Amino acid sequence: MQGIRSFLKTLLLTDLLVGLWVTLKGLFAPKITLNYPEEKTPQSHRFRGLHALRRYPNGEERCIACKLCEAVCPALAITIESDVSADGTRRTTRYDIDLFKCIYCGFCEEACPVDAIVETRLHEYHMENRGENIMNKDKLLGIGERYEAMIAADRAADARYR
Amino acid sequence: MWEWSPLRDWLSELITPYWTNPLLTVVQALIVMVCIILTMAFYTLAERKVIGWMQSRRGPNRVNMLWVPGLAQPFADVIKLMFKEIVIPADASGFLFRLAPFLALVPSLGIWAVIPLSPEQAFSNIDAGLLYILALTSMGVYGIILAGWAANSKYAFLGAMRSAAQIVAYEIAMGFAMVGVLMAAGSLNIGVIIHAQQGGALSWNWFWLFPLMIVYLISGVAETNRAPFDVAEGESEIVAGFHVDYSGMAFALFFIAEYVNMILISALTVVFFFGGWLSPFDGYLDKSAWLATPSFFWFGLKTLFPMFGFLWFRATFPRYRYDQIMRLGWKALIPVTLVWLLIEGVMVYFHVGPWRGHL
Repeated sequence: MQGIRSFLKTLLLTDLLVGLWVTLKGLFAPKITLNYPEEKTPQSHRFRGLHALRRYPNGEERCIACKLCEAVCPALAITIESDVSADGTRRTTRYDIDLFKCIYCGFCEEACPVDAIVETRLHEYHMENRGENIMNKDKLLGIGERYEAMIAADRAADARYR
Repeated sequence: MWEWSPLRDWLSELITPYWTNPLLTVVQALIVMVCIILTMAFYTLAERKVIGWMQSRRGPNRVNMLWVPGLAQPFADVIKLMFKEIVIPADASGFLFRLAPFLALVPSLGIWAVIPLSPEQAFSNIDAGLLYILALTSMGVYGIILAGWAANSKYAFLGAMRSAAQIVAYEIAMGFAMVGVLMAAGSLNIGVIIHAQQGGALSWNWFWLFPLMIVYLISGVAETNRAPFDVAEGESEIVAGFHVDYSGMAFALFFIAEYVNMILISALTVVFFFGGWLSPFDGYLDKSAWLATPSFFWFGLKTLFPMFGFLWFRATFPRYRYDQIMRLGWKALIPVTLVWLLIEGVMVYFHVGPWRGHL
């Protein structure tokens, strides 16, 4: 009996018809793909994208060259050199992040005692020439200035959980 | 050959009457060929769209034409392929490597000569039309085998070998299915085969030859090397199989050949089992009604269904393992056709069924 049933099942291609029915339903099902550049998926405020260095509202650099981020970085992507600045405070003279080494783990952001190095939501960036993968201090500060509103809002949204 | 008087008049004014007929044939062949190639171009788009939809994706929608998203995608693809270099491997057999794409394409276009597009339109109404079709579909495999052999690559060679064994196996099942049609019609002439199915949807061959129709469809998919029988290409196993070393337009020719073959198998399925250009409402509606008149409209409409089936199967079924393909071909399809040929023979002998009892 079992043999006959399985023979009929094979001969009448029932399994294949079931599969065809599944794909036919899929043909009319709503499509879940987004039209990417026009539509985007919702993004968490904790998204870890391109890095930025922040300033205080009065324009002073937040970074105090404590080098905790350099120490915690698991990919050794951060290079910092520091010196005493004109006003007698300790400041970085060099702050490089190699984006090819970076694994976007967010440890630098967590290690930072003054919220200076942060990872923004920006993820749509690219390099066209050799060397552009090195984010130096100027570039990082530039991003921080340009997106300060977004960065501050994201920190504020997450403040309760930090 | 079919007549299209405005074209004939225009041609006969241009040239001497002696050359009118040959030139008319050439021009008409060109028109049909361009139509087929255009159909094939949009068929590739339809494939990507349909498979995308079945996988909850959108399919190509960036290159728009006439406000339809993705409609110009085939043209974008063609332009891209035309500008790519055709690389010929150093160790390849140069002549055969260049010849193979044409050997794949020419038979699939050549078969259209005997396919009646409407009651009046067929290039040649030859008596051995079915034999011609069988012969030319077998020719198509030479392109694949030569491409695989000439490239001098192990992957390509494996693809060619697989394709050869597979096509030999399924040609037999396909041939037997055609024998069933032949017994029903009593003729090898394609026009007679269609006329023998005269009547509405239920008097066509699919009803009485249902198992043969299924076998024909399955072996048609196998014959065109389409999923789930695409072991000759087998992207995940042997990269791209027989056309792994082809690029640019040489690759495009294989692509065109494959899609023209799919359209062709769909058209042949319609001719053999779904009454060609006959109307499904013939006999159910008034004779004078437009819906009941046989025309190209019905042929085209019916051809779209098997064409959709090809895409549907590809979206649904995973690729068969090689030994499973061989088992299905030799141990399932051929016995089914043989049994049904026996039944049909008995039915024809005792004049059961719609066919007019040719012995």
